Amino acid sequence: MNNNSYFGWTESHTIYDISQILFPEIILAIFAMVALIAGVYGGKDKASALILWITVGMFCLVAFYIGINGAETNTAFGGSYIDDSFSRFLKVLILLSSSVILIISKDFMIKHQLFRFEYPILITLSVVGMMLMVSAGDLMALYMALELQSLSLYVLAAFDRDNVKSTEAGLKYFVLGALSSGLLLYGASLVYGYSGSTLFSDIFLSAGGGQISLGLIFGLVFITVGLAFKVSAVPFHMWTPDVYEGAPSPITAFFATAPKVAAIGLFARVVHDAFGGAVSDWSQILIALSALSMLFGSFAAIGQRNIKRLMAYSSIAHMGFALMGLATGTVDGVQSMLVYMTIYIIMNIGVFSFILSMEKDGKPVTSIESLRMYSRSRPGNSLALLVLMFSLAGVPPLLGFFGKFYVLKAALNADLTWLAISGVLASVIGAFYYIRIVFYMYFGEEVEGLDKTTPIFGQIVLIGSALAMLFGVINLFGIEAISEIAARSLVN
Amino acid sequence: MENLLTIMIFMPLIASIILAVFLRGEDRVSRNNAKWLALVATVATFLASIFLYAQFDPANTGFQFVEDRPWVSGLRYKLGVDGISVLFVLLTTFFMPIVIGSCWEVDYRVKDYMIALLLLETLMLGVFCALDIILFYLFFEAGLIPMFLIIGIWGGANRVYASFKFFLYTFLGSVLMLLAIISMYIEAGTTDIVLLLNHKFDVTTLEILGLSVVGGMQTLMWLGFFTSFAVKMPMWPVHTWLPDAHVQAPTAGSVVLAAILLKMGGYGFLRFSLPMFPFSTDLMAPLVLWLSVIAIIYTSLVALVQTDMKKLIAYSSVAHMGFVTMGIFCVNQQGLDGAIFQMLSHGFISGALFLCVGVIYDRIHTREISAYGGLVNKMPAYALVFMLFTMANVGLPGTSGFVGEFLTIVGVFKVNTWVAFLATSGVILSAAYALWLYRRVVMGDLIKESLRTITDMNSREIVIFVPLAFMTLLLGLYPSLVLDVIGPSVEALLVNYETGLMGASDSLTQVIRH
Repeated sequence: MNNNSYFGWTESHTIYDISQILFPEIILAIFAMVALIAGVYGGKDKASALILWITVGMFCLVAFYIGINGAETNTAFGGSYIDDSFSRFLKVLILLSSSVILIISKDFMIKHQLFRFEYPILITLSVVGMMLMVSAGDLMALYMALELQSLSLYVLAAFDRDNVKSTEAGLKYFVLGALSSGLLLYGASLVYGYSGSTLFSDIFLSAGGGQISLGLIFGLVFITVGLAFKVSAVPFHMWTPDVYEGAPSPITAFFATAPKVAAIGLFARVVHDAFGGAVSDWSQILIALSALSMLFGSFAAIGQRNIKRLMAYSSIAHMGFALMGLATGTVDGVQSMLVYMTIYIIMNIGVFSFILSMEKDGKPVTSIESLRMYSRSRPGNSLALLVLMFSLAGVPPLLGFFGKFYVLKAALNADLTWLAISGVLASVIGAFYYIRIVFYMYFGEEVEGLDKTTPIFGQIVLIGSALAMLFGVINLFGIEAISEIAARSLVN
Repeated sequence: MENLLTIMIFMPLIASIILAVFLRGEDRVSRNNAKWLALVATVATFLASIFLYAQFDPANTGFQFVEDRPWVSGLRYKLGVDGISVLFVLLTTFFMPIVIGSCWEVDYRVKDYMIALLLLETLMLGVFCALDIILFYLFFEAGLIPMFLIIGIWGGANRVYASFKFFLYTFLGSVLMLLAIISMYIEAGTTDIVLLLNHKFDVTTLEILGLSVVGGMQTLMWLGFFTSFAVKMPMWPVHTWLPDAHVQAPTAGSVVLAAILLKMGGYGFLRFSLPMFPFSTDLMAPLVLWLSVIAIIYTSLVALVQTDMKKLIAYSSVAHMGFVTMGIFCVNQQGLDGAIFQMLSHGFISGALFLCVGVIYDRIHTREISAYGGLVNKMPAYALVFMLFTMANVGLPGTSGFVGEFLTIVGVFKVNTWVAFLATSGVILSAAYALWLYRRVVMGDLIKESLRTITDMNSREIVIFVPLAFMTLLLGLYPSLVLDVIGPSVEALLVNYETGLMGASDSLTQVIRH
């Protein structure tokens, strides 16, 4: 925020202060390195299960540590690292979703001989990157955090290294990701050139006050494009379906959750902390990105037969909704975006834990046709998936509706009526492909169905997230109040 | 009993949870248990609603049995009934035991079927009792899920198409209503229906894409609600989902759809469009009247040429719903009374007609009219019942169908004689298709080989029809039973409407003067 501009490099922060403020990131980074050494010397993959469980434990502990922190705002490194309620909200979300993904992916990874000790470590490194991303208060910090996260993700995408599709996914993701990083970096250099600082609070001062120089606008556009790539907003979404399809399913599940939260959190951070004085300049870009993502994501998913590709387009459409909240440029908007992302994460984890259990003759399958009459063999699972699908479609009284409700309310409050209308139309189109999955499970003809696999954690997560969709209607689990505090700490 | 409404609404839900959690097995015993539990739950709900009705005071035009608790984000969990909604609540609770009874012979996924029907009852009751506009939307929309499954799982051959069409059509209609609801929330700062009823929504003319919208925000909100309720009603030209849904739905699904779900649209017009947007209602009423008349005549003509019995009755439903919208948008005492009466009576009559089709469909497994003929020879009791409801559908004096049609035509006659004239011709057409259907199915000699062994109605089926026949005749002979209950509330609604209309025109003239 602009009010911490007095935190210059001259401000005397002792090592002790910094280690206090950055404690979660530091401890996770050290853990990653220790685990790497332990993995290498400890007989390689024998230790993987142990490392995975320790990672999960670390994530939960760190999330708890961050969660019990108060609402105060701390900065370190002269303002290039910001620890406020907004970043803490997102960090807790990132850590918890990553740990759930780790838990549900273990069985899958073991079964398909992918379980190597690098897996939890790479996830940890990318999570550290994400945590730094949402706390970034400086263009340099932003870039370094983004690259730490992205490089780990590129490797993860190609994790099934003997599989052509997986390596192709990794390469595609890398090449296109590098391109977007380049664009972002170019934008950052323009912003630095025209504002004279890389610190968000300084950029805020030169971009505020109504008059914004053309160079800064160019920089803003390039940064926005780079970030739009990371949240896979149309028209920078091309990598998403291929990477989602090619990467091993647990890793796709990871891609669809934590990195999306981090990227949209970073997006909010940049547009509000650095360009908060020029809302009208960036909100039009976000409006276009949001409308295109919602409509394209919904239309393109209609033709999909592969559930992972379908979820890729679905995530594009959902990101469009989250961007709608961001495009309003108000506290309400940021709050609605946070609520939306939280609900989106819970739904997606549930759906992916189901996708991980989809197997036929011991091999993972991803075609939605294999779900025909699934309700006959597994009534409980299909009921849970039915709830999740209607929730993804945004049908009340399920939690997915409330996400849309908050976003639409923020949009209408900010007079973005056309965007809201295109949003609801997109959600009707989107409903078609979600209920088609219900159709396959309940109305289709009987075929030789999926194997009756019972990964115990997957079951718990699937049922749990379906129950969350049902019972969330009572009070939304209190995320409303927390997200409001978080949004207020970002926008003022 | 300050939370009587909550108890009543959630009783079926609790029963469905018990069914889902505790009932296991697919054998005959467990199927019967599921049916009995559902029947007991719906009857208990009906008794609760009778208790509610006994304590209801018709002279009080405000909301009664109000429950009010805070919910998330400034929304409230607020319930209550007034003279307009209490009878719809009764209609719903009255019908559900009959619906459960009508699907006694179903043996495919019985437990799931019962769960879906019970869930649907909770949601329908919620729609009629909700006094928070978001809560209303929640119940209104959530009803799509069980209905989608009922059509899709237990429906006929072309059920997939019908269920998707039903879901997407109604979903599209209601998301626009959601936007209108959110705009209302933003403008009025509350979602409480009682407060919204007295809020004057802005009527300043707006410019949108070069078009000037008379009535401004109010007209836009009106349109948002109109798309949703018009689809739900359904009105011409957005009625096409209904025949498909009706034909493919199982008997119980058709009955619920015709008897209760269609009434949500009419209820919505009465609860929201008229009192909250009086200026726009006044502006748009002629359009709606003409749409209703087109619906009455066009769908009656379409009904004449149908070869499928359910489709014929579905089109006749659209025509009768045309009388309802016509009555509502006359905005006078007779019209509104008639519209509410017509909705209730149509609930009994069309529900009974779909049950009649169900009776012979269960025996012969076809709905083609040409497959039947001369049923009177083998099924005298059935012929009697079917005749009663056919006559009621035509609007014969003495049956409830007459009162509703008569009152709405009187109401519209005061507003627009041409519309009244054309609507009356719809009555004649309804006689044509209904009597012709009856003649082709029931009269004549029994010559079809497949009908030789057909049996008359069994005692279960007779028990189902008795209350319906009783209600149809009772309301036809003694309409005050309904009119006395709704009268004061309708009067209050009209007063509210008139003051709202005056206020809106005053504010407009002030704007022009300044």
